[in-house]
Amino acid sequence: MEKTVNQRAWLLVLPVFLLVAFSAVIPLMTVVNYSVQDTFGNNKFFWAGLEWFSELLHSERLWSAFGRQIAFSAIILALEVPLGVFVALNMPKKGIWASVCLVLMALPLLIPWNVVGTIWQIFSRVDIGLLGHTLAAMGIDYNYTRDPLAAWTTLVVMDVWHWTSLIALLSYAGLQSIPQAYYQAAKIDQASRLDVFRFIELPKMQGVLMIAILIRFMDSFMIYTEPFVITGGGPGNSTTFLSIDLVKMALGQFDLGPAAAFSLMYFLVVMLVSWVFYTVMTNMEKADTFHG
Amino acid sequence: MRMAKITLSNLAHAYHPNPASEDDYALKQTSHVWEDGKAYALLGPSGCGKTTLLNIISGLITPSQGRVFFDDDDVTSIPTAQRNIAQVFQFPVVYDTMTVRENLAFALRNRGMDKAGISRRVDIIAVMLGLEETLDCKARALSADAKQKISLGRGLVREDVNAILFDEPLTVIDPAMKLELRIQLKSLHNELGHTMIYVTHDQTEALSFADEVVVMDKGRVLQTGTPEALFEAPAHTFVGHFIGSPGMNVLDVTVDGSRAYLDGNLIKLGHHYGTPAGKVQIGIRPEHISLNATNGLPAQILRVEDVGRHKIVRAQAMGQTLNLIASNQTTINTGMASLGFERGKISVFVDGWRFSPSHGQEGAM
Amino acid sequence: MVDKLKSKNFNGRALVMIAYILFLLLPIYWLINMSLKQNSEIISVFSIWPKNLTFDNYRTILTDPSWYMGYINSMIYVVENVIISLIVALPAAYAFSRYRFLGDKHLFFWLLSNRMAPPAVFALPFFQLYSSIGLFDTHIAVALAHTLFNVPLAVWILEGFMRGVPKEIDETAYIDGYSFPRFFVRIFMPLIASGIGVTAFFCFMFSWVELLLSRTLTSIDAKPITAVMTRTVSAAGMDWGVLAAAGVLTIVPGALVIYFVRHYIAKGFALGRV
Repeated sequence: MEKTVNQRAWLLVLPVFLLVAFSAVIPLMTVVNYSVQDTFGNNKFFWAGLEWFSELLHSERLWSAFGRQIAFSAIILALEVPLGVFVALNMPKKGIWASVCLVLMALPLLIPWNVVGTIWQIFSRVDIGLLGHTLAAMGIDYNYTRDPLAAWTTLVVMDVWHWTSLIALLSYAGLQSIPQAYYQAAKIDQASRLDVFRFIELPKMQGVLMIAILIRFMDSFMIYTEPFVITGGGPGNSTTFLSIDLVKMALGQFDLGPAAAFSLMYFLVVMLVSWVFYTVMTNMEKADTFHG
Repeated sequence: MRMAKITLSNLAHAYHPNPASEDDYALKQTSHVWEDGKAYALLGPSGCGKTTLLNIISGLITPSQGRVFFDDDDVTSIPTAQRNIAQVFQFPVVYDTMTVRENLAFALRNRGMDKAGISRRVDIIAVMLGLEETLDCKARALSADAKQKISLGRGLVREDVNAILFDEPLTVIDPAMKLELRIQLKSLHNELGHTMIYVTHDQTEALSFADEVVVMDKGRVLQTGTPEALFEAPAHTFVGHFIGSPGMNVLDVTVDGSRAYLDGNLIKLGHHYGTPAGKVQIGIRPEHISLNATNGLPAQILRVEDVGRHKIVRAQAMGQTLNLIASNQTTINTGMASLGFERGKISVFVDGWRFSPSHGQEGAM
Repeated sequence: MVDKLKSKNFNGRALVMIAYILFLLLPIYWLINMSLKQNSEIISVFSIWPKNLTFDNYRTILTDPSWYMGYINSMIYVVENVIISLIVALPAAYAFSRYRFLGDKHLFFWLLSNRMAPPAVFALPFFQLYSSIGLFDTHIAVALAHTLFNVPLAVWILEGFMRGVPKEIDETAYIDGYSFPRFFVRIFMPLIASGIGVTAFFCFMFSWVELLLSRTLTSIDAKPITAVMTRTVSAAGMDWGVLAAAGVLTIVPGALVIYFVRHYIAKGFALGRV
């Protein structure tokens, strides 16, 4: 759509600007302020320069949390994206069953995150949980409070349970927008099922799928509540992801300086990755359009 | 090049299982033969069942009853892919992420043609459609008419197609390009000689493209004929009305022999019709009515529209409205007029269908 | 043969969906199962349905103010948040969808970047900010804190829907003598009603499910149900039955909301951008 230049549009944007500035800029200033100061209590602060940043960059604690975080996001994306697309491809296209599927699939998305944690805690515990109990009965040694691998598996399966539907629903929306004629043309051209997926469905899903991956990356990178409820970051530090570590540092130990420096770097990393992702995404689209 | 005669035998289709009444059928019982190598147009208003009929031929829909034959082979239950037909849809259907070349080659590759053969065919078709400049562009970057050419090309590259079906292919093309594509289609037909079936609701498209036009309404085939036959001798009042601009005037009358009476006013007919029972109407094209006839039908002129080439006059006679076409030069005043009907051009309809004159009798002079 | 193939195909698809939905529902079923058992039964016997069906756990929650006030508090700030987000996001989204102005693209990206901020980063500064202006432990504090994440999202979704409304409609309305506010409320908002519904759904979704900020910004008066649930360890150990019942009750509002927007879910998840 052709947009007209109108500086008075700022008036319409002003409320959002003020609100977000109040909620984002002031706290961020506080964070920046803390990140370059040190304190011995009594609200007395002194200049510490970039000390916290360099300390953090050399801290093994941060790097291992970062490594775990990357691993977690990578694993859940690798599982949820293909699974979500697969589910979307198998969803009924219309009718009552389509509605039933949509409603049931959306359900996990609206459960408070700590309740998601609780559900999986209750489900996975060896003493009272269906999953834990069944696995134990089958002779599999599974205890997510003692065994890091079991803890990781639980969290990954929980995240797949929680969020695959989001990818599936977004992909489904993309699929729904494909006119029937495309499938008919493919039939006439004797395209295989795989060809239909590669040349018709995937290109049409591309846009929403990118949004889905971006959202899932961001949210999984910030995950806090579910591991906090289920494992509390343990056993040991094996499921201490960045947010858990940060909250421990800031609200638990009240190490304001390092926590603030940590926050800034954390924010920057998320933004950087998202920005790279966004740029690649838009460039891909542009490359296509400029061709002709 | 292999082509085939397509025979539809007692075909009918309902989209819901267990159709109760005739109205439940999107396509009512139809038999028709599409001759090999002819260009057909399937003409009718939206929702008349023409797309259903097309999809039955291409195999995208399995009919509720009846059989479809390609030559002598019963293909009713053979899937689309094996019917060797090509279809061009209402809006361009192209594989966005492929180049134009890949798009054209796709159907051939799927049929296991060798590389050299594919490239030869693609080049021929690209030249034919004027796509050679853009062969290596991604299809999504092209304009709507170029995309529509690609979907047409995907059908044409295959040498084995039995027929090419067009489902209102010019809907999204802008008017200037429409004419050009239509001319191109027509010349492709002359050049390649494929059987082509062209679905449209636009009579200009249908009449200019087709050797033979099939007119449909409410799931029923009303008439099949050359554009001229449809114009001169419509088989049904709907056909008369639908074709022509403005369409045929249809007036409620009573008929006795070679005389028709419109509310007591005599209209002389060209032939003898006896005394038909039922709902009797006469049809006369606006082109065949003259103003200022002696002893004509008295009518009130309501409105005159100058459409450039000629004038369209809207008149009212005995409570029934009719249109007539007058030459550009005549000055016409609103008010009373006396309308003359060209005797030989009057059609008689009973209950909507064309009624033939009794044989051997000339109309009374 | 074709029919046979089709029905086999259908069964394959149905099987995938049944398996997936079973996977989704099984843990929820287990939660419901637990909520209908007494704590002693939960710990002592393992059974896949309640042996002694009891509603005591629900009774506990619905009669104890420290429990049910949690639900009311959560509801209050969620509703406040949805209203605030929509009121500020609607005009802004309109501006982004219709006009170009100084810094529009930067502003848009800056807004979206806030959606990328980890809540954990903001927990402490929010706590200090709202404490210093006397809003600590109020509903509005949580609602405002959540707007940081919801407003950018709301602007983005609404902009997508508004772009789909042709500009001629605006122009016709102005020619007909509508003032901007009257046009916006009377003509424009009804046109993007489904978009507004979808936006409200997403705002509800985030605000309802979030724990970290709502827990950090409240202590007693505005304590949300999610925070209440994290403190159920009593002297006698974990009260699993009550915890499960509380969990089930937090699923109910979400399920109701989904039911009401079920026709828009598929379209809604495409965020107006397909």
